[in-house]
Amino acid sequence: MKRILGLAALTAALACSTAHAQQINVKIGVLSDMSSLYADIGGPGSVAAAKLAIADFTKANPNVKVEMVSGDHQNKPDVGTNLANQWIDVDKVDMIIDVPNSGVALAVSQVALNKNKVFIVSGAAASDLTGPKCNANTVHWTYDTWMLANGTGTAMVKTGGDSWFFLTSDYAFGHALERDTSAAVEKAGGKIVGKVRHPLNTNDFSSFLLQAQSSKAKVVGLANAGGDTINSIKQAAEFGIVKGGQKLAGLLVFASDVAALGLPTAQGLTLTETWYWDMNDANRAWTKRWHEAGAAANKFPTMIHAGVYAGIQHYLKAAVALKGKLDDGKVVVAKMKEMPTDDVLFGKGMIDPTGRKRHDAYLLEVKAPSASKHPGDFYTVKATIPAKDAFRDPKDSGCSLVTKS
Amino acid sequence: MFEIFGIPSTALFGQLLIGLINGSFYALLSLGLAVIFGMLNIINFSHGAQYMMGAFAAYIILQATGLGYWPALIIAPIIVGITGIIIERTMLQWLYKLDHLYGLLLTFGIALIIEGVARNYFGSAGLPYTLPDSLRGGQNLGFMFLPNYRAWVIAVSLVVCLGTWFVIERTKLGSYLRAATENPTLVRAMGVNVPRMITLTYGFGVALAAFAGVMAAPIYNVSPQMGSELIIVVFAVVVIGGMGSILGAIVTGFGLGVIEGLTKVFFPEASNTVIFVIMAIVLLVRPAGLFGRRA
Amino acid sequence: MERVVDPLMKKNTSRDRSIAIAFLILLAVLAVAPFYAYPQFVMQVLCFALFACAFNLLIGYVGLLSFGHALYFGWASYVCAHMIKIGTISIPYWPGAWLVIPLPPLSPELGILAGALTGAVLGLVAGSLAIRRQGIYFAMITLALAQMMYFFALQAKFTGGEDGIQGVPRGKLFGLISLADPYTMYAFVVVVFLAGFLFIYRVIHSPFGEVLKAIRENEARAISLGYKTDRYKLVAFVLSTTLAGVAGATKAVVMQIASISDVVWQMSGEVVLMTLVGGLGTIFGPVIGAFVILTMQYKLAAFGEWVTVIQGVIFVACVLLFRRGIVGEIANILRVKL
Repeated sequence: MKRILGLAALTAALACSTAHAQQINVKIGVLSDMSSLYADIGGPGSVAAAKLAIADFTKANPNVKVEMVSGDHQNKPDVGTNLANQWIDVDKVDMIIDVPNSGVALAVSQVALNKNKVFIVSGAAASDLTGPKCNANTVHWTYDTWMLANGTGTAMVKTGGDSWFFLTSDYAFGHALERDTSAAVEKAGGKIVGKVRHPLNTNDFSSFLLQAQSSKAKVVGLANAGGDTINSIKQAAEFGIVKGGQKLAGLLVFASDVAALGLPTAQGLTLTETWYWDMNDANRAWTKRWHEAGAAANKFPTMIHAGVYAGIQHYLKAAVALKGKLDDGKVVVAKMKEMPTDDVLFGKGMIDPTGRKRHDAYLLEVKAPSASKHPGDFYTVKATIPAKDAFRDPKDSGCSLVTKS
Repeated sequence: MFEIFGIPSTALFGQLLIGLINGSFYALLSLGLAVIFGMLNIINFSHGAQYMMGAFAAYIILQATGLGYWPALIIAPIIVGITGIIIERTMLQWLYKLDHLYGLLLTFGIALIIEGVARNYFGSAGLPYTLPDSLRGGQNLGFMFLPNYRAWVIAVSLVVCLGTWFVIERTKLGSYLRAATENPTLVRAMGVNVPRMITLTYGFGVALAAFAGVMAAPIYNVSPQMGSELIIVVFAVVVIGGMGSILGAIVTGFGLGVIEGLTKVFFPEASNTVIFVIMAIVLLVRPAGLFGRRA
Repeated sequence: MERVVDPLMKKNTSRDRSIAIAFLILLAVLAVAPFYAYPQFVMQVLCFALFACAFNLLIGYVGLLSFGHALYFGWASYVCAHMIKIGTISIPYWPGAWLVIPLPPLSPELGILAGALTGAVLGLVAGSLAIRRQGIYFAMITLALAQMMYFFALQAKFTGGEDGIQGVPRGKLFGLISLADPYTMYAFVVVVFLAGFLFIYRVIHSPFGEVLKAIRENEARAISLGYKTDRYKLVAFVLSTTLAGVAGATKAVVMQIASISDVVWQMSGEVVLMTLVGGLGTIFGPVIGAFVILTMQYKLAAFGEWVTVIQGVIFVACVLLFRRGIVGEIANILRVKL
């Protein structure tokens, strides 16, 4: 990283002396989970994405000098808050990005509000961040639970999956996912034929799967995450759920989870993501550079990594538009909302008044091993959900920023 | 078809069988803990991590040599067992004269190290490991669909558990082991190399954990944290059964698997706390555990 | 009650002097700390230091290793956060039926009191079960019960799952003094910490504490001397969990969050580590240990991948090489008690 900074500083200095462009200094903090559960979806990969974003932007805008710090919140809200506070107070960080884990993200969002700085969420899923708990200092970039539930739920019904059985993780997150998906399914004309709530970190899903099997539902919706999702999919394959004609819908599945399952087990699984590395040439080229920027060679970038890259780019554009006046976070976020977004990964888009970044989402199906041509060739794109339908209508968000204006 | 508490009996039989399969993992793990505890008087907190190592070893063997499930079932426990022997020789053996709690703390630290290293090299999401081809598919038993792999799990863990019980309780080698637990000095006087026996026992207990790990790899998520949650449940199993007898550990393991399976039908929300509740009840009624001797 | 003779009793004065000096140093450090370090961080250290001291009361002076102390810390934190933020208590007594006790949001000191009460009640229940077994079994039972309550915390509505209880107001102490100012807050936390710390010191050096130490050295002998050791152990356990509750509740006020990460078993492991690093059975050890471990967490945050491994290595190194811990080693070199 030092090299990149050095280079950026050098080019910046050169630019200063020649073009007399105004020097802009920005400091960004990448706060992620480096050491535990979410280290694969965010973590070191997010840091690599951030480095790439900074290098690309400073190359095009030599008058901008960007410094970066990164840290591990260890999935503890108190560690996350303390780091965020110290970064802002001591290290003079202007913007914090990523933060997988909803608990930590909600806490950091509060810090950004109190200190009037900018927080761009890429890693966390909670739609509350732009709902009842929204604030004028937070932008939610990549995805959220509402979008996942709605995207998969609606699209599955349209393709004929009109009766659902839920395997729901028995805590707030699972309940929310189940509730939102049920609503989407019923709105699209499908029906819920049953559900079972399993405790978090369940090892053995066989009795739940037997219930799902005997329900004769066309779709088994997995309203869970991480290890629970992987366990349920693995065992569904063992019990021949997909072979028996039922479809599995993963409501929160990342590319890293598909890699962990392997295609022979995961094939046929339907899920929604907002970005997939192997979808077009631009994404593939970016992935190559992401690996060169220090990301682990045997891993593939997730949509969260893409979100970190795109989020930083847009923030820096706003910084330039504001001529480097970044002290008032609310003004910066307002600027970000005012400017349409445009980047190589998500294309054109916008940030709505609640702070929700809106872009297309994709309904994906995991390929059969025989159809997969190279490592990381995971999905077939089944449908594109346009930005206006992919995310929640700001009117229904319950966010105070909308009702006020 | 008749019904029990509103659940069709056929479904109930299915769940009973599934509970038994689940119990095989508890039985294998609590057996390993009991064997180690019997000889070393140490609760092996790294047992969960070593279970995870077994599954990881199976994956690495597949990647590095192309050897699949069946060879891994033998090789992985041996490799992990050897690492266990190294741990015993370099670290654990210095603690036998101290309070047992230090053994617990040391193995807890070892568990953290193993888990952390696994996460650094393989990430946290997990590793793919599929069913061996020969055990794909399943049988329709009329009342349920039984995957072949599950049938294999239950059969093999019964064999391993009863085999271990037989060796320890019914053979000469076992009698040395049991005698050394009671009175190491006397056994040493009879010309038996007690320290080596302790080392090998630890290695064997660890290998049992790794064996369970390989068994789990095709059906459970192979991730660094796969063992740490499980081991706490197994601790509760061990408290319920008491570590006085090998057979006790096995019977409690299977029994609690069945009870947990039934809870998943009648009251799924409580299925991961039911074992802890049973533990509390057993402590009230029979503090020494179902099969334990009062210390 | 008969007093158990402490062999160190003769040297009581010199012991008291070394402890008094160390205590004065601690006071001095606390007085200047917020000006040199980040106040929020120092407050967090103090909460964990009190938590570790409470844990040390059991392991260091009764010889009981509780591997589930996060249960009391985390649950007290939840209850305190809820009482300060919401107040009203709803308890389901039948599926779908709730017993609702309407209460206004409490002031911080009452919230912490509620947290202490939570620690006490949970400790009484868990303790009565756990003390039925000794040694390693005791550790396993406390761990298992804590895990059970962790699952319960995840499922219970009021805890907010993995989001936790966010945005807890700091409120006004006794309804009068606003805690919004970091230095006022700091002064309050110091008072809570010192009260807990001195209370533990007093307990250890009371006749009751002497009996506890006798149980640690040889429980059978203590029983044969006519002591009902189970009762002593239970009282010590409840004292420890109550103080752990105070620490957890105070942390909720300081951090303005109560989160699931304070209830998981890793947190129980961390408090063991803090105490072990500082020195089991030393008065000041847990305080130093909490400081060292938390500082490490922040310093290592930049290259986070190795945090777990490093913690494991410290565990192993402490058990194999430095069983006395930092403070224990210092005390040994200076030939004093600390």
